[in-house]
Order: sequence, then structure tokens, then C-alpha cells
Amino acid sequence: MNKKKTLSILQYALLVLLALSTLLPVLWVVLSSFKPQSELFRVPLTFIPKDWTIQNYQSSLRAGNFPVYFSNTVFVAVVSTALTVLINLMAGYALAKYIFKGRDVIFTIMIATLMIPLQVIMIPIFLQLKNLGMLNSLWGIIIPPAATPTGVFLARQYLVTLPNSLIEAARIDGAREHTIFFRLIVPMSKPIVATIAIFSFMWRWNDYLWPLIVITDNRKQTIQQALANFVGQLQINWSDLLAMTTIAIIPVIVVFLAFQRFFFSGIAAGSVKG
Amino acid sequence: MKAHTKGNFHQTAAPLLFLLPNILIFATFIIIPAIQGLRMSFTEWGVFTEPRFIGLANFSELLGDEVFWKTFSNTLVYSLFTVSLIMVYALMLAMLLHKNSLKGEKLFRSLFYIPSLLSMITVGIAWRFILGDEMGIINYLLRTMGGDGVRWLTDSKLAMVSIITVSIWAQAGYYMVILIAGLQAIPTELYEAATIDGSSAPRTFVSITLPLLRSTLLVVLVLATIASFKAYELIAVMTKGGPGYATKFIVQQVYQVAFLEDRLGYASAMSIVLMIIISLFTVVQFKVSGKEKSYE
Repeated sequence: MNKKKTLSILQYALLVLLALSTLLPVLWVVLSSFKPQSELFRVPLTFIPKDWTIQNYQSSLRAGNFPVYFSNTVFVAVVSTALTVLINLMAGYALAKYIFKGRDVIFTIMIATLMIPLQVIMIPIFLQLKNLGMLNSLWGIIIPPAATPTGVFLARQYLVTLPNSLIEAARIDGAREHTIFFRLIVPMSKPIVATIAIFSFMWRWNDYLWPLIVITDNRKQTIQQALANFVGQLQINWSDLLAMTTIAIIPVIVVFLAFQRFFFSGIAAGSVKG
Repeated sequence: MKAHTKGNFHQTAAPLLFLLPNILIFATFIIIPAIQGLRMSFTEWGVFTEPRFIGLANFSELLGDEVFWKTFSNTLVYSLFTVSLIMVYALMLAMLLHKNSLKGEKLFRSLFYIPSLLSMITVGIAWRFILGDEMGIINYLLRTMGGDGVRWLTDSKLAMVSIITVSIWAQAGYYMVILIAGLQAIPTELYEAATIDGSSAPRTFVSITLPLLRSTLLVVLVLATIASFKAYELIAVMTKGGPGYATKFIVQQVYQVAFLEDRLGYASAMSIVLMIIISLFTVVQFKVSGKEKSYE
């Protein structure tokens, strides 16, 4: 009993120490973004800002195209997520609830595309987008990665568990196939829709490589692209950069806090097949 | 079940129509480009020039390309250290946080997961701010304690160490979640039996936990390895591959040769090497998760 207690005190001490080293870097960035420029690098450094200010936020929102980048990113993340959920749920439904020739082959090929991430086909993708006239268009970021093997996999796994009798009953009542999907299947798929939507939104919000390949026009860039360009400058305006970084972080933290329970179950389910 | 009735047009066409958007996208943006990439690797090709078939010339040039092999070995070193340390650290966190008995366990899990929420770009910016030579807080603290500042990102050996450390910081929480799920799937009766038999904690860990966690560990190994070979953003923001070529990885080199030097064919040959590596690990992952299924 006694031994157990010391062990758990040690465990707590270790966990607190590791949690601090996990969180302090993030806090340092966020807190520093509220310091006036004169305080940011003033020795001695202060952890909590002495003079709280939102002037970095005001100046980064006024400066250049940041509001444009922000709305581009919101557009891409929201539209992509809606599209990803819809088409992956449709594909998952077809693979889970219909019997047809070539079904298993199609499923296998879709899952096998996990072997070909964007990083290994950047060049032909770039040429393909160029041929299709999708370069420098937000749709060029939205459409190509909208079909995801993991999304199809998760949707199929979930839909397989729904009883066929419901679908059969709807058919006997004369419901058409698309009516069954939109009126019956979609409402019953809320948990998996939420999981796919959350991960899609997070990924799209944070993604850098797709925008990097598709977009060169300054006004079409996303936040991550803008941040990377900002940090690439010779003289970095850290005050503005930290404010922009914090703005880029806030949405993902909010989504996490609001939908926490979907995160961990989603990761566990998705990791089985990537 | 009779989901498919013969002669009913709607039911025959419906699944194909449901699959159509996905099939179109997969074909247009993965399968055709992948084949195209393979073909390109046998050509000399610039964005504005016509492709010219040159056989295996790109690959034989690749064999003697010192910069490519430098980025290749950098990627291997990065992958080896990042993946093995992530596994040890994430497993340690998972061991501490999987029992649902410790008070505040859920809170700790969420805290450790937070870095995994952030984009690699923002992670890179945060750490570049923290590790700055002159004005970073770490060097500031070292100096106030009487030490010297350290060139975390501008010294050729330390830069790699910094990148690896930041990668572990950024990703361990994600793999912790997978490992917790794996640990919670181990039947508690096994642990109870071990306790009754008087098995020590380390003994139980080695003879029960590790063997039963084997497939989860393998999944983590594969996912983390694939992620490490795809690494791009963190380096782009923190070191730009420098100093010199010290932290330049394969993906960076492919991007530079393709889009800055306009040698699309040669860069495609490099991509093929990367694709082979990633495919091998993906196949291992399929094998593992296939086995997993048979336990269910």
C-alpha cells in the first residue's frame, strides 16, 4: 500500500514535469504575442506580459493580406470538409451495403493508394493540375485530396454494422436509392460523419504541401503558406508573426475542446488502416 | 440478405454512382499521376520543354549524386532517431495514462495530445522563436545561469538534434493515443493472474504487456516511419535544410530539383526511390492490420 503511494506520487511528479515541457512552448508563444514589440526581447525576459496589448493582432490584421489568407483558409477547410464527408460516406455506403462485381477490387485499390502520398507524386500532380487549369485556384486545393482512403475505410466500417432490414424496409416502401441514402443512412451516420469531419477540418486547416504546390498567386494563399513565407524573410517581425501564429492555432484548439471524445476514438479506429 | 435484385436498374447503378466521385478523384489525382511519375522518371523534362525518353539515365545519375545520397542518409538518421525515441516516449506516456485509475488521467492525455493538433508550420515557428541564437528563451536561460548560448539551429550537428527533438515533441501525443487504445484492449484478467502469481511489474511488462501490444507497436512503428519519410514542413520553417545540407531531406531535394531547377524527370526518379520506401512500410502495415482482424 505504502509502496503504491510513493509510486503514484512519483508518477504524478513525472507527468507534471512532462506536461509542462509539452505545454510551456505553446504558452510561451501565445503569451509573447500579447507583449508590445518593445517588451518581446527586453532583458530580463518576462513570461507573463507586463503590458498586455493586442496591438500585434491589430497590426497583423491590418498588414498585407492576412484577412484574405484567413478567409481563404476558412473557405478551403469548410468546403473541403463538407465534400470529403459527402463523397466518402457515399463511397463507404456503396462498399458496405451493395453487392456488385468488382466491389472488393475497388475497395482494395482505394486503400492501396495510401502507398502513394502527395510527397511522392508532387511533380505529376502539379502537371495534372496545370493541364486541368486548376493551378492558382482554391478548388485545386479542395477537390484533389477530398477523396481519402481513411475516410472511405472509416465510413465503410461503420456502415457495415447498420442493419440491412432498415434499408430493405425502405425499399419495400418504394423509396429510391438516393432517398434511402440521404434520408435514412446520413442521419444514422452522425458519429462517423463527426469523426471524418473533424479530422478533415484539422488536416485542411493545417495543410501546407497542397497549397504550396497549387497556389503561387499571393492573394490565393492559405494561412500556413503565409506563415511559412513570413518566417522565410530575412528580417522577421516576430511580434506580428507570433500573433498570426496564435490566430492559426486557435481554431484547431477550439475544435479539439468541443469534440474531444471523437478525437481519441477516431485515431484508434483510423490507425488500424492508416 | 438480398441487397442486389437482378433487373432493378436503380439498385445496379446506385453503388457505382455513389462511388463515382471518389473513383474519379482517385483516378485523376493519384493513379494517373503515379503512372505519369513513373514514366517521367525515364525522361528528361522541364516545365516548358518537351519530354525526351532517356532510359535509365536518371537512375544512373542518381547513383552518383552526392547531394541526393546526403539527403537520403539525413532522412534515414532523422527517421531512425525520431521513430525509436517517439516509440519509447509515447509508450511511457501510454503506460502511465491507460488505466483510468489515476486522478486527472483524461486531462493529462489531452495535454499531451495538444502539440499533435498544431500544424508543423506553427510548431516550427514556435520552436524557432524558442531556440533562436540571440533572442531565444532557451539561450537566454542558459546565459542567466552563467553558461554560453548554444547554436541550436545553426550548428550542423545540433540542428539535426533540434529537429528530431521538436518532431518528438510534436507527434508523441498522437502515438500515445494509439498505444493507450492498444493497452486497453489487453484483457485485465491477464494482469490479475500475473499479480496472483506474484509477478513483478517489470516482469509483467516484458512477458504480458509487450507481447500483447506487439501489433499496436508495429502499427505505430510503420505510421511514424512513413511520417518521418514525408517530413517537409518542419525543416522548411526551422532550418531550410541547413546549415549547408545538414538537415536537408529527400522531399526537400525533390521539390528543389523539380520546381527550382526545373528537372522534372530527374526529380521524378528521386520520388520513385521515396515511393518504394513508403510502399514497403505500407505493405507491412496492411499485413499487421490484416492479422489484427483475425483476433476480432
